[in-house]
Amino acid sequence: MRNFIVSVFVIIFLSSLLQPFLPWYIVAAVAFVTGYFIKQSPLSAFAAGFVAIFLLWISYAFVLSHANNDLLARKVATLLPMGGHVSLLLLVTGIIGGLVSGLSALTGRFAAAL
Amino acid sequence: MITIALIVVLNSQLGVAPPFAKFLNPYQGFWQNAENAKTWKDDEAHVPGLKDEVKVYFDKRLVPHVFAKNDQDLYFMQGYITAKYRLWQMEIQTHSAAGRISEIIGEKTIDVDRMQRRIGLGYGAETAQDYIAKDPASKQLIDAYCDGVNAYIKTLKPKDYPVEYKLLDYQPEAWNPLKVALLLKNMANMLSVFEYDIENTNFIAKYGEQNFRELYPDFIDAEDPIIPIGTPWNVTPMDSTNHSQMQAGNAGVIRNELFANALTKPDEITGSNNWAVSGSKTKSGKPILCNDPHLKLSLPSIWYEMQLVSPNMNVYGATLPGSPAVIIGFNDSISWGVTNGGRDVRDWYKIKFKDALRNEYEYNGQWLKAEKKVERYKVRGKPDVLDTVIYTRFGIVVFDQNFGTADSKKNLAMRWTAHLPSNEFKTFYQLNCGKNYDDYINALKNYTCPAQNFVFASRSGDIAIKQQGRFPLRDKATEQGKFVSNGTTDKDEWKGYIPAADNPTIKNPERGFVSSANQHPTDSTYPYYYPGLGVYENYRNRRINKLLTEGKDIDADFMKKMQTDNYNLLASEALPVLLLLLNKSDLNDHEKKIVDALSKWDYYNNAGEVSPVYFDIWWNELRKLLWDEMMDKNVPMKQPSFYVTVAFLKHDSTSQFYDNLSTPNKKETRADIVLMAFKRIEDTLRKKEFTEVNEPYENDDNYKKDDLRTHDWGSYKDTKISHLAMIDPFSSMHVCNGGNIGIINATNTTNGPSWRMIVDEGAMKAYIVFPGGESGNPGSAYYDNMVNTWAKGQYYEADFIKQGDELEAKKLFVSTFKP
Repeated sequence: MRNFIVSVFVIIFLSSLLQPFLPWYIVAAVAFVTGYFIKQSPLSAFAAGFVAIFLLWISYAFVLSHANNDLLARKVATLLPMGGHVSLLLLVTGIIGGLVSGLSALTGRFAAAL
Repeated sequence: MITIALIVVLNSQLGVAPPFAKFLNPYQGFWQNAENAKTWKDDEAHVPGLKDEVKVYFDKRLVPHVFAKNDQDLYFMQGYITAKYRLWQMEIQTHSAAGRISEIIGEKTIDVDRMQRRIGLGYGAETAQDYIAKDPASKQLIDAYCDGVNAYIKTLKPKDYPVEYKLLDYQPEAWNPLKVALLLKNMANMLSVFEYDIENTNFIAKYGEQNFRELYPDFIDAEDPIIPIGTPWNVTPMDSTNHSQMQAGNAGVIRNELFANALTKPDEITGSNNWAVSGSKTKSGKPILCNDPHLKLSLPSIWYEMQLVSPNMNVYGATLPGSPAVIIGFNDSISWGVTNGGRDVRDWYKIKFKDALRNEYEYNGQWLKAEKKVERYKVRGKPDVLDTVIYTRFGIVVFDQNFGTADSKKNLAMRWTAHLPSNEFKTFYQLNCGKNYDDYINALKNYTCPAQNFVFASRSGDIAIKQQGRFPLRDKATEQGKFVSNGTTDKDEWKGYIPAADNPTIKNPERGFVSSANQHPTDSTYPYYYPGLGVYENYRNRRINKLLTEGKDIDADFMKKMQTDNYNLLASEALPVLLLLLNKSDLNDHEKKIVDALSKWDYYNNAGEVSPVYFDIWWNELRKLLWDEMMDKNVPMKQPSFYVTVAFLKHDSTSQFYDNLSTPNKKETRADIVLMAFKRIEDTLRKKEFTEVNEPYENDDNYKKDDLRTHDWGSYKDTKISHLAMIDPFSSMHVCNGGNIGIINATNTTNGPSWRMIVDEGAMKAYIVFPGGESGNPGSAYYDNMVNTWAKGQYYEADFIKQGDELEAKKLFVSTFKP
């Protein structure tokens, strides 16, 4: 459990540090490395990767969109189409980032076990 | 492996969907485009390329007021700021003009791209660019503008790209003078649609000379041209007669052949208005100038409002994103505006190649060498596509065996004034710095295409209008330019151009105003021949001239009412004829009520009225039934004009055209089709979905006044300001306002006044509104903030300032740029 929490924080910390300068898939590398070095069960590694980026992406997206009164998010949520529901768009954003990060952490965990 | 595959998938474009993770991640994706609505702060930046400091004051509507210490810095910063707010729009329009959309979209747009290159938009832009390069002063300023755009692009990281780049997954590229030229050619293409050579040849080949003369007259009896009827001409015309040495038998004009292709024309052309009244008719004793150019309404807005100030000028108005200078506007001494000239400046020639190799074509009994150019199209996700295009002395062969037709003999080349060397920028630059009437006339003299009616007013009290463009010298005897011509001889070739000084113009006329609304520039006494053919406006012009003739003590409020006037002159002339011809004994109770409503209608197409809906459906359905002969998909032809249609219905009771081709066993009469069209009113309303009202019109017994609200004109017309990439959530949907084509407020479902401007030279005030906003970012509150003001017919007073600090109290923020 401790390693899970540490993983989450490490991924959030490194990703928020690197993402402003590097393409989005840097989160995969971060999650992979974290999964590789921090020992935990495969499920825990995936969950840590997922939760970290899920939270990070949703909160940052929320902050940006809130300052915009959700003007753009509503339009994009109509376009994609999600019936204009910004919360759904936030959720999808979080899940996509979370999946990539979670799977990468899992891959890192398996790589360490080799 | 799965993880890597997932990353690749989420980072790439899937069919029409954006790359999901790339698009949705908050660090680079679309969330970054969500403009912070709460804080506007002054900022400062160092921009390499500037000579001196430039300050840009953004007012409450985000209109930039650029203060520079020299012209180069001024245009540099115009480019920089425009790119900041409109980059995607600028680029997509030039990509479209250059025939490069398939690079972004893929193979489904390849024929759209091929068409753009085959009509020679790129060729025209290159010719213009080479010509402008010979004028160092123009080149320097255009280069400065491009440098400014590029300086801005250099500041961008992928997270800063406009949201459309992220959606369509591509990157902006560097700006250059060719793109500036392409924008103007794009405009020329939109506005050069008033040619019907192929359509006319098809019609006369199918229905004969007599029908052609009746349905497509050069002039009508209600003509109200730009230059008032009876104005004497101070023009000694150049010789335009045909002196061809070729034998008579080899005719120049083709009237006995059908062609399957013509350039697509808009179904309904809305046009534009401009006018200026002299001090004798205004309250202030100084002129007032008005302009509202009508175009296909789109977002980001077609125009970008700006004020540009340097020691050399202080000018305000509508700029075309991607191109330097103000196109429509005013400065401290003069004001000007434009409407489309509508003269025919595109002619079609049938080219005869020697053999299948198509290396030579016949001309005056000889074989001339054809120049071939291979166009290469990059296509997203597919191999490049090649297309061989042939250049002749009659222009580029647009339609040939490789494009549009299988018939190897139907090669059609298009001659167009947009291919001539020209420098339109210089005209606008000189207008921007202009001080008086002489500067205005001087600025216009080299302006080539698209031909425009330039209206003018000065603080010193002059008003004027001039139709300017380069117009081919046409032979009246052969009606050169009206039909497809033979490219095998010089008989129908352009013999030169009408000198700019001979173009129709008038200064300070006795009636106290000048005006244009895309009507005939002149009456039939103008010494040069040009084809008329019912492409000219016959309604807005008469309404405008009537209101201006009656107007006294005119002020800006009078002009506001006038620009948003919804009087339907067409209906006032057509409806009594239709009602007279309608057999009322065949109507049910509901239909009788429609007749009743129409009989009481005051002919105003206001948003809340229902009669305009009935009239509009009746009129459109009637034209479909009447002119079905011209709607043959394989043989393009033009429908006669509205005016001719009304006159025809009134005077011709037995014509062959009343018979509807879809009912071979029945011969319809005039009364039959008037009734058939009327019966379609209820059907059409029942089928139409009313998004706003959600309550389709039902044919029930509770037919009350209240029910009529469910299909009022505003909801029925359902004006839409469409995003340039047709993305509905980025469009302004269901804009409710009045108007229609043929009405001064010429707003229909897709087109309308793209910019309304009133310049009061007496008060030195200007009133402006346009259907959109200053920002091109759908994530900005300034993207479409003016749409409702526009729809309601209201205006903003422009902050035309001399010093930046005049704006201090009502600014959003100030940007300071240092070298």
